[in-house]
Amino acid sequence: MSGMKTDIKLIDENGKRIDGRTFDQIRPIKIEAGILERADGSAYIEWGGNKIIAAVYGPREVYPKHMQDPSKAVLRARYNMAAFSVDERKKPGPDRRSIELSMVISNALSSVVFLEQFPRTAIDVFIEVLQADAGTRIAGLTAASVALADAGIPMKDLIVGCAAGKVENTIVLDLNKEEDNFGQADLPVAIIPRTKEIVLFQMDGDMIEEEINRAMDMAINASLQIYELQKDALKRKYFNIVQEDELQ
Amino acid sequence: MSKFTESVVSEIKKDYIQKLLSQGSRLDGRGADEYRKIEIINNFVPRACGSALVKIGNTQVLVGVKIEPGEPFPDTPDTGVLSTNAELVPLASPTFEAGPPGEEAIELARVVDRGIRESKAVDLEKLIIKPGEQVWIVFVDIHVLDYDGNLFDASALGSIVALKNSIVPASKFNLGDDFPLPIVHYPSTVTFAKIGGNIVVDPNLDEENIAQARITVTTDELGHVHAIQKGLDGTFKIEEIKNTISMGMRIGNKLRNEYIIKGD
Repeated sequence: MSGMKTDIKLIDENGKRIDGRTFDQIRPIKIEAGILERADGSAYIEWGGNKIIAAVYGPREVYPKHMQDPSKAVLRARYNMAAFSVDERKKPGPDRRSIELSMVISNALSSVVFLEQFPRTAIDVFIEVLQADAGTRIAGLTAASVALADAGIPMKDLIVGCAAGKVENTIVLDLNKEEDNFGQADLPVAIIPRTKEIVLFQMDGDMIEEEINRAMDMAINASLQIYELQKDALKRKYFNIVQEDELQ
Repeated sequence: MSKFTESVVSEIKKDYIQKLLSQGSRLDGRGADEYRKIEIINNFVPRACGSALVKIGNTQVLVGVKIEPGEPFPDTPDTGVLSTNAELVPLASPTFEAGPPGEEAIELARVVDRGIRESKAVDLEKLIIKPGEQVWIVFVDIHVLDYDGNLFDASALGSIVALKNSIVPASKFNLGDDFPLPIVHYPSTVTFAKIGGNIVVDPNLDEENIAQARITVTTDELGHVHAIQKGLDGTFKIEEIKNTISMGMRIGNKLRNEYIIKGD
């Protein structure tokens, strides 16, 4: 939470949020698989105002060589924001925030990929945030797991997530930019949907225990809805390939 | 396994630690919710505006605070600035390397920073020299000296204690009399590791080396939670997260009363 102050009323007297959503509604999400030519796997996600591309290269040789692991593949995610993706131009290249997010995203994805099947290799996941609108780490992670599946990399399941938070003392799902800037707490969660195990969990701001538990439950339920969109994106890609084949 | 170390733990030791845990005990004889012995030396570096040397078991972390006048951030013109950095210097472990901070050091600094910042421990609004133009900049520097596990708690504890004994050196800059850095909340940070199906507080190095997942919870004296960070590539069940938050609150209270508020 940036702790900035505002006079904007984030929730009106009818409980509607500034973008018209109710407290437990997520923003519109669109996912597309296999959108890049050169990458081994890719996905594009639009989540509210977020526009994010994820690409997967590998398994491939590890450079630098000393990073290789004789027992399994190393999965390296790189979360990167385009300079023009935010209001004030962001200096290009990794800052401390993107290094931390790259790490938590790598950890989350590593929990489902069968890394031991590809010793001494690297699986590189690149997440490029083209336009940011709060919730980019989760949107990027959600797209990245679709890209991994699109690359044909064996996984236990997809990874999917959603954030919840606290705005004007109300627990709300999937914060937008204003709510993220001026709200009281943000709590991104990502899970393995089949088992509901938690692979990414962060929180910052001000919440009591009961609020965290409620926010976590809301975020997990929303994640399960978004999981259906991920599977649908993957199915659609193959449906389109089959149709194109039939036309020829 | 923690990337802090990448050191090898023998399979025998790993099995032994897990077997002990399943019987409810630990290699160093502690219970699952038992913390190691803590020792704090206040003002270890008098040259700093405030400092603390924290020992948790054999882990040692030195935190120093430096405060100097500077420009505020344009989006928060009327508050002081807080900046937290961590260095994993090679003297602290055979697995640490010299050079710019790696991702582990960055995560450590950012988790500690979030705990202090989100709990509003430092009253940054009292650090204005000339509104919109000049404010006090508070630098918290975490220097790890001996790494035997749980750097998160040692660094967070060292940071709040060092901040608490910090003096703003106003006279040095001809900006009035020196005054104590205003501390208004007391965040306390507690880390757990998941090993097999067991969760232990304050993991030592052997435990960290074989842990699948880690979670760090920062709470304040009002019972509010301000920062949580799940680490490593393992998973937690929903109930496990909820339990660690409750336990983090309880153990955090104890640490706060004994080591942070004490000495007022």
